[in-house]
Amino acid sequence: MLDRDEDILKAAEDWQKAGHGVALATVVETWGSAPRPAGSSLVINDEGTFLGSVSGGCVEGAVVTEAMDVIQSGKPRMLEFGVADETAWNVGLSCGGTIRVFVEKVG
Amino acid sequence: MKLEILHELNAERAARQPAILVTDTESGEQRLVKARDFARDPLRAELDKQLRMGKSASVEAGGKKLFLNVYAPTAKLVIVGAVHISQALAPLARSLGYDVTVVDPRTAFASPERFPDIPLVAEWPDTALPPLNVDAYTAFVAVTHDPKIDDPALLHAFERNCFYIGALGSRKTHAKRGDRLRTQGARESDIARIHAPIGLAIGAVSPSEIAVSIMAEITAVLRLPPKEKEEAA
Repeated sequence: MLDRDEDILKAAEDWQKAGHGVALATVVETWGSAPRPAGSSLVINDEGTFLGSVSGGCVEGAVVTEAMDVIQSGKPRMLEFGVADETAWNVGLSCGGTIRVFVEKVG
Repeated sequence: MKLEILHELNAERAARQPAILVTDTESGEQRLVKARDFARDPLRAELDKQLRMGKSASVEAGGKKLFLNVYAPTAKLVIVGAVHISQALAPLARSLGYDVTVVDPRTAFASPERFPDIPLVAEWPDTALPPLNVDAYTAFVAVTHDPKIDDPALLHAFERNCFYIGALGSRKTHAKRGDRLRTQGARESDIARIHAPIGLAIGAVSPSEIAVSIMAEITAVLRLPPKEKEEAA
């Protein structure tokens, strides 16, 4: 099923065990017509490989970049994307919603 | 996320056991609460509500901003009887996110031509059901109208504590079914769990409309809190 995050968490565990730096990004809040509900997640490893999504594809690029920093620093980070925010507009969340994404290191 | 928590969460999910990951989004602190431990958790009301809705959400508790990430198993629907209603019910349930399996020993009914893309098991319930891992996240419907098939299937559903059990047939048919099941060792409380006549009373006539009434009833049982559930029934 497409609405399950099964493979994502499995991949997070597998990548971590294989010795990769891994981060998990999770939608924790949404307003307006956000493309993916709270709980949707994306897993990224230190090679930039990622699985899953936190939006319809519009902010994933920015999330991956931030996640790389989180893998380095080990400190969790809250990201916010929305139309009121110029950066968000630039990365293209044009669907009229706002989302907050929690990015944390795994392990 | 700590590796131990991730590992534990993946194990719960593999076992089809619901759990909620609670994250303090400011400090990054996390804990995993398994559904069987909800009752003794300080957040039990919130945990119960979010799990029932199958919805992850941010909440405020004790001055902290917490994110409750719900991991509920995908609901299954087992349909015993590859009849006309099932041809409408299977794709409808699938569009609602259920993993659907159709069981019917009569190969003329359980044919891939009648059920394209739906997993079919053309075996008697005693053989077909045990490998399906019917559990508390399974809705179970018996619609063959044939006691030889429906009765053993229903006994299996009682044993596995399905969250919804429905059976086709009028009140009269259902009363007879109750008598038969009793003689086969079913408890009164088991028989009371069967939704029969099946489906919400919406005046459904066609197989597709009956499928809608069945899925509406299953949705109500899955999502409504216990009190409102009684009122809807």
